[in-house]
Order: sequence, then structure tokens, then C-alpha cells
Amino acid sequence: MKKTPIELNVNGQTRTVLVEPRELLIHTLREQLELTGPHVGCETSHCGACTVEIDGRSVKSCTLFAVQAAGAEITTVEGLASPDALHVLQTSFREHHGLQCGYCTPGMITRAHRLLQENPNPTEEDVRFGLAGNLCRCTGYQNIVKSVLAAAEELNTQKEAAQA
Amino acid sequence: MIPAAFEYHRPSDIAAALSILTEYGDDARVIAGGHSLVPMMKLRMAEVPHLIDLQDIGTLRGIDVGADRIRIGAMTTQHDLINHDALTNAAPTIRETALQIADPQVRYMGTIGGNVANGDPGNDMPALMQCLDATFYLTGPNGERTVSAREFYFAAYATDREDDEILTAIEFAHPMPGFAYEKQKRKIGDYATAAAAVLIQRDGERCTGASIAMTNLSDTPVFAEDAAATLVGTAVDSAAIAAAIEAMQQAIDPSEDNRGPVPFKRHIAGVVLQRAIERAWSRA
Ligand SMILES: Cc1cc2nc3c(=O)[nH]c(=O)nc-3n(C[C@H](O)[C@H](O)[C@H](O)COP(=O)(O)OP(=O)(O)OC[C@H]3O[C@@H](n4cnc5c(N)ncnc54)[C@H](O)[C@@H]3O)c2cc1C
Ligand code: FES
Ligand code: FES
Repeated sequence: MKKTPIELNVNGQTRTVLVEPRELLIHTLREQLELTGPHVGCETSHCGACTVEIDGRSVKSCTLFAVQAAGAEITTVEGLASPDALHVLQTSFREHHGLQCGYCTPGMITRAHRLLQENPNPTEEDVRFGLAGNLCRCTGYQNIVKSVLAAAEELNTQKEAAQA
Repeated sequence: MIPAAFEYHRPSDIAAALSILTEYGDDARVIAGGHSLVPMMKLRMAEVPHLIDLQDIGTLRGIDVGADRIRIGAMTTQHDLINHDALTNAAPTIRETALQIADPQVRYMGTIGGNVANGDPGNDMPALMQCLDATFYLTGPNGERTVSAREFYFAAYATDREDDEILTAIEFAHPMPGFAYEKQKRKIGDYATAAAAVLIQRDGERCTGASIAMTNLSDTPVFAEDAAATLVGTAVDSAAIAAAIEAMQQAIDPSEDNRGPVPFKRHIAGVVLQRAIERAWSRA
């Protein structure tokens, strides 16, 4: 099947890639755009390691063809940090031991990022329910939940400071 | 897992989508959220030479809560259903059910149209649609027609929809006030071992109307008309609930799979129905 050029807006940049329609977005991101933050965990739509944000939605990029995302705004974990500092979620995961092997972490953080956009003051239960599509084989989740709750607080403090 | 090659189409209106469907016949299939279809294509359990993406057809999206009827466009996602306040006020059972489907990522993509058109007995919306007595709108080369959700399902993946028809919307009347969707699953994100959708209305201590449908307990959703009828006129006490469960057991036909043997499924069916009736009654 012949390849067609599509435009993907990834982390604020427009990139043109040649894809076969059957190419899954996770493969385009990792192999063509060299964005290896999103991981392939299960390949069966269960683990969430491949989670990216597409037009304000958390999406498992192993369950979407790249052509479906043509024209959309895509954010991967690489797009969260600024050139000089990690994102608050990233520092929070580091401080609160929200990761061990780190395999699930990009998906966890990308998903948590969207969750906090929609719900800046989540309860512990909101965080657990909101991260239900992301599996971790190492941490037992406790420290992931702690990291997200701490990041929410920090982000709110920063927001208040900016408004003051 | 790499699906077989296909050609991708992205029409911007229904007429264009229908003409592609008509041109390629059996070789074409529409994709909505893709969260049932893409996994099947990756497993090569579905081969689709022509994939027609409906995402650009704006008229297929949206929720309209009217004075008498509620209409939901086929491409409305489960995430949108959960976050629509007017819909939740008018028919809170939709939100309660949608929240029990899969996980957040799947709900951002999965659509109500895909969920009801798919024909997988594990999908949660079909039983709810039967419970609500919803109507499905289908558009094909010969125009539009409607089908009752209660008549739509023939067998697993076999529905009344013709291959060249697109499901455009679902519609139902404002439901009875008491509601519950009770689902037993092995873990969060799983399909139902058994689930029950119940709607009830009451006048004082008497039940004046009820509707019951069950998920994943046959090769189609099961509209348990007799079970609902046993509740009407009673005070929904334990004897009435036991009679409803008995009637429901006559209507279902579970089979053994990795969610358990038949006696276990029948047991769980009884448990979820009891809980659903009790919760719906307490909310009526
Ligand atoms: C990990 C995981 C867990 C899940 N758990 C659950 C669960 O617990 N409960 C549940 O109900 N579902 C579950 N699902 C399925 C999910 O809800 C699907 O998204 C949904 O069933 C199908 O909706 P879709 O929009 O993704 O449809 P698609 O996958 O795009 O389509 C499904 C089928 O319907 C057809 N179709 C779609 N839209 C139309 C239309 N408008 N007209 C005609 N035909 C159409 C397609 O051609 C295809 O055959 C799960 C999925 C995953 C990946
Ligand atoms: S790799 Fe996509 S969900 Fe696991
Ligand atoms: S830290 Fe290892 S999978 Fe989550």
C-alpha cells in the first residue's frame, strides 16, 4: 500500500511524515519522529504506556492510526517540560518516588497532565479513577497517586502566586 | 501487531461516506472511535480494505435534550456523555453506565454509535438502550429508517444494520426516575461478567413501571420484559425481587468462558439484578 504524506502537529511543531494508512500512531511517533517517550507496553490497548494527548484527550496511541491524527494537536511527554526545567509532574514523580523502572511513567504523567487540566483539585479517589487506564508493574501505585496529588497542589500554588 | 493494509477515507458528510460504502460494499467499513475495531484489525480478526473515518462529519456529533425526547449523535464519545450536565439531569443512567465502560483513555475515543452498532454482547450500551426503549436512526442509500433497540440485535456481531447503512443517532423518551446500571467485572476496565440496567417508577410504596435489560449473558443484550412485569404493582420487597430474578434467569442464556462457568454467571446475574433493582427503587 502506498504511503501518503500527512501533517502531524506534535509538541507545538508541524511535522510532515510519510505513512501507510495502517501505521499506528505510536510507531510514527517513536520510529519516524524519534519521540521515544510514549512506550509500547502491551500493544493491546490495556496498559496506557503509549498514552499521548490528542486535541485535549488522553489517547492510547497504539489504538489509533497516524492518519486519524492528521491535523490534530498532539502532545507527548517530551512536550511537557520546558527547555530549562522539568514539568511539575515530573519533579513530583521524582520527589515522591512515583517511579521505579520508569516504563509506565511517560504514560502516567501524560495522563495525569490531562486529568489535572480537567480537575485541578482531585481527591485521592479521583486520581485513582482517572489513572485507571494506566498500569504499573512496579510501584503498587501508592507513590504515583501521591506524586499526582502533590503536583496538583504545587500547580495550584504556582497559579495563585502568578495571579497575586 | 500490524493490521492488514487498507485504504483510508475521510469524508466530510454522510452522503460522501455512503457513496464510498456503496462503491466498495463488503470491503468497506466505517470507523468511529476505533476502540473496538482497531484492536480487531491488529489481531487480524477484522480485515477492512477500505476504512471510512467518520470523525469529520460534524452532524453525527452532539446531544440534544428536548422537551419529550433526547437525541444523541452516533459520534458522541463516552467522555462527552459523562460530562454533559443537561443529559445527566434528564437521564442520569447514561452517565452511570458510561463511567463503567473501560477506562478514561477508551472513553475519550469510544462513541455511543460504535458501542451500540458493534454487536459485541460485552458492550454495555446496548442493554441500556433496550432498557430505555431507544430508537436507532440508520441512513443508507435508500434513505433513513428507524429500528427499536429491542429488535436490533440478532446474534454476536449480527444486527439489523445493513452493511451499507450508517447509524446516525439514537433517541429515547425522558426515562423513569429510578435508575441503576450495576456491573460486575473482574477488574477495572474489563467487560462485564454480568450487568443489569434497571429503570423504575413508583407511586408511594407501589411500583408503577419498570424496565430491565442484561449485558453479556447471551449472544445479544437481553431485554427481560417478564422480569420487569413481575415488579409492577408490588412494593418491590424481597419476594418481588426474587420473582424478578427468577424471570430474568428464564430470559438469559450465558455460556462458559474465561469469566466463569454458567452457574457462576447465573449467580452473578442474580446479584447484579438485585442490587440494581434496590438502587433504582431507592432513587425512584
Ligand atoms: C481496553 C478496552 C476496554 C473496553 N471495555 C469496554 C467495556 O467495559 N464496555 C464496553 O461497552 N465497551 C468496552 N470497550 C469498547 C469501547 O467502548 C469501544 O470504543 C466501543 O465499543 C466502540 O465504539 P467505537 O466508537 O470505538 O467504535 P469502532 O471501534 O470505531 O467501531 C465498532 C464497530 O461499529 C461499527 N460502527 C461504528 N460506528 C458506526 C456508525 N455510526 N454506523 C455504523 N457502524 C458503526 C464499526 O464499523 C465497527 O464494526 C473497551 C475497549 C477497550 C480497548
Ligand atoms: S501499548 Fe498502548 S495501551 Fe499498552
Ligand atoms: S515504574 Fe515500572 S512499570 Fe511503573
